[in-house]
Amino acid sequence: MATDIIIHDEKDNVGVVVIEKITPKQDCSCWVMENDKTVSIQSADEIPLGHKIAMINLNEGDTIIKYGHDIGKVVKSIKKGEHVHVHNVKTKKW
Amino acid sequence: MIEIPKSFLGYKRENGRAGTRNHVIILPVDDISNACAEAVANNIKGTTALPHSYGRLQFGADLELHFRTMIGTAKNPNVAAAIIIGIEPKWTKRIVDEVAKTGKPVEGFSIEGAGDIETIMKASKKAQEFSIWASEKQREECPISDLWISVKCGESDTTSGLASNPTVGNLMDKLEPLGVHLCFGETSELTGAETVCEKRGKTPEAQEKFKKTWNDYNDFILKEATDDLSESQPTAGNIAGGLTTIEEKAFGNFQKIGSRQFIDVLTPAEEPEKGPGLYFMDTSSAAAECVTLQAAGGFNIHLFPTGQGNIIGNPIEPVIKLTANPLTAVNMSEHIDCDVSKILSREMNLSEAGDELIKTTLRVANGRLTCAEALGHREFVMTKLYRSA
Repeated sequence: MATDIIIHDEKDNVGVVVIEKITPKQDCSCWVMENDKTVSIQSADEIPLGHKIAMINLNEGDTIIKYGHDIGKVVKSIKKGEHVHVHNVKTKKW
Repeated sequence: MIEIPKSFLGYKRENGRAGTRNHVIILPVDDISNACAEAVANNIKGTTALPHSYGRLQFGADLELHFRTMIGTAKNPNVAAAIIIGIEPKWTKRIVDEVAKTGKPVEGFSIEGAGDIETIMKASKKAQEFSIWASEKQREECPISDLWISVKCGESDTTSGLASNPTVGNLMDKLEPLGVHLCFGETSELTGAETVCEKRGKTPEAQEKFKKTWNDYNDFILKEATDDLSESQPTAGNIAGGLTTIEEKAFGNFQKIGSRQFIDVLTPAEEPEKGPGLYFMDTSSAAAECVTLQAAGGFNIHLFPTGQGNIIGNPIEPVIKLTANPLTAVNMSEHIDCDVSKILSREMNLSEAGDELIKTTLRVANGRLTCAEALGHREFVMTKLYRSA
């Protein structure tokens, strides 16, 4: 079954685009690898292969969860369906 | 799940190890002996020179690492015989004496007092003898437990953490019970996942050793760096591929060990001595440095997942590339030995991908050339800890 987005872990609040790109307002099918469930989301931005999409609304200071683990903090609020990357997320290491 | 073969066709060595390759190497002890080593390898077919940049006026732990890497490289079971060439007799002999303990043919030559041309002549005669001797070695059936598999990923993107790294993890989960040795490294790229990784140590000693190794590395970064690592970790290639933070990269990297626990922590280029199982080696995350250290630790086949398309090879340890990035699989197909991009389209699951990788690994162990070997990639890069005297 084809999928547009893969989510590693049920706890994750971001998914990864696995087709060449998704375009704004595209209805996407998401495969949650951990439990083999399928969920859907409508994209807000154009997002290329390998880049992340927000599965929920995120506020400044929130934590991004991927692989079920903390991978950084939100530095600019992100709406559900928007592109999550270096412009709105930073490491907590330094 | 496939039935995993219990054996592969390898070269049995004098010390009981088995090689997946049958190299005769010409190893320079130091930078200024490269010309001589390369001349010998040009003269004698079936030999490979391993030029590098260091070996003079090093001291302390840095010098010890230099010797460990030199000795370990020549001892590796993928090496049938070795010629060691250095400027001075003492350091050359130190390497020869250690390598000789494996029982393999090894001979040293020093250039001082003789000059390049006489040394090249003498070393070439011995290299010819070794090359012809090694050419008669036949592959024989060896138990799969003779595989010592090292792993390291590079030019990672989110497809690495999603699919190609977990594929390696799946292989580890399936092969570890068969008694293979396994090794992962990349101290710097576990940053962000270091506490989770520490808990994968099988014993409190292994956990403690990991913690100390990572802390020493981190202290070094904090001491030496004029800035943080944000300019180099993640790399520009990683970011283009969709990776955002060092933590994200670390958790993706960490997928390579599957659900395994490591039994010991090795210093760079150290040979494991606690029997079969998974080891962590303290290494740089630069691809060629890491694989060179793992090969010197005695590992005889390497798995290298890549996202955006790393092209690295090694002169003695075959490097198998796999990718889950469908664009890399097509656009850089001459570098990819195993394509697992069907995971992303949900046409292949992780277990099927792990099986594919096991099949590829055994074919390469049996003698199939890797893409990197066919392309002539022989990156031999010594790790240097600090400046020389």
